[in-house]
Amino acid sequence: MMEPVRPVGRAYPSSSGGGGREPTNLGDILERVLDRGVIIAGDIRVNLLDIELLTIKLRLIVASVDTAREMGIDWWEHDPWLTGGKDRGLEEENRRLRRRLSELEGDRRSDRPIEGRVVEREPAREYEDYEEDYEDAPGYEDEEPEPEPVRRRPERGRRAEGRRRHDG
Amino acid sequence: MTADAGTYLYAVAGDSGTPVPEGLTGVAGTPVRAVRASGLVAYVSTVSLDEFGEEPLSRSMEDLDWLDATARAHHHVVEAVAAESPAVPVRLVTVYSGDEQVLALLEERGDDFGEALSRVAGRREWGVKVYAEPDDQAAEPAEQGGGAATGPGAAYLKRRQAGLRSREEAWRRAAARAERVHDVLASIAVASRRHRAQDPQLSGRKEWMVLNGAYLVDDDRAEEFARAVDDLRAQGGELELTGPWAPYSFATLDEGVAP
Repeated sequence: MMEPVRPVGRAYPSSSGGGGREPTNLGDILERVLDRGVIIAGDIRVNLLDIELLTIKLRLIVASVDTAREMGIDWWEHDPWLTGGKDRGLEEENRRLRRRLSELEGDRRSDRPIEGRVVEREPAREYEDYEEDYEDAPGYEDEEPEPEPVRRRPERGRRAEGRRRHDG
Repeated sequence: MTADAGTYLYAVAGDSGTPVPEGLTGVAGTPVRAVRASGLVAYVSTVSLDEFGEEPLSRSMEDLDWLDATARAHHHVVEAVAAESPAVPVRLVTVYSGDEQVLALLEERGDDFGEALSRVAGRREWGVKVYAEPDDQAAEPAEQGGGAATGPGAAYLKRRQAGLRSREEAWRRAAARAERVHDVLASIAVASRRHRAQDPQLSGRKEWMVLNGAYLVDDDRAEEFARAVDDLRAQGGELELTGPWAPYSFATLDEGVAP
């Protein structure tokens, strides 16, 4: 399958202004060369993706990546085999934990190197911490509309064939 | 012509005897040639079926980079040809097994092409898009302070409902505006088409596209058209004008004049 996930339109600034007569927005061009213009069947039969199908396809790729991320399925971003580097997720988590820990400790003591002290946590505090975190959580302020469901359409890439060799 | 080569067709124009624009290249960097018959000229180039055969095309049509390059090359030829004389663009990747088939096409459908050409002669296509901001409702009803009885859940639902309502309202307003814009522009144009709104993926913009119109405008009314677009834009809202384009939206062989 195709890899690129970039939006078609954004990569090319629309240039309706300026001296150049040719607009460079790929979306505009695709729309015209795929969906418009005279449709005559050539000898090579092409299952032409119509522009809508193409964009749905693009969106599916984008959507599936986003959905996976939302669900926390993002192992490919941290898999050292795939990223070819260190495990950044783990590093990030470490850093977060360290920060949190030093905050907690800051309540009681002046800054001290946190390394040696990991074990000394009082269970009594944990409950309060949990509550604080809960209230801070950005959970229900979030009004993001749900992502629109992807519209599915019956295959209609075959339009060209339907009009093939129009009785001439 | 060898067995593994095909003839790629870009556009058809009236044959006024003018040569192909010098150095014009098409898809895959192939030089553009002319095939002439029945007072028509078909702009074509010879392509390898290794790239433009059925099998490879079914794959590469889904390859965005390939599609990008090919669509631009195709479009480039169409525009170059249409700049010289009235031309009817042909859809992307229309490939024949050889020049003879293109000749046959010109002979068989000569009248249809002639008609299509006369419809677009002296006219250009302009594209106008209207966008709307989804959250025109910026000012949401402020939190009522004294709602001791309403818990956070009820308040949330209330807010959400209000949000949806104003969203709907914004959409209705935008649609009405699109209608007005289209009516004004269509009254200046010889013919007009409303295409389906581009997916944000395609437009690269988050706003709603509420109008994706194409207008076939007489060359001597092009300025008037542009002025109308400016006036409409001044009334507020985002309006995008593109063009002039070759008459992609108005090149049809089998239909009559656009309504």
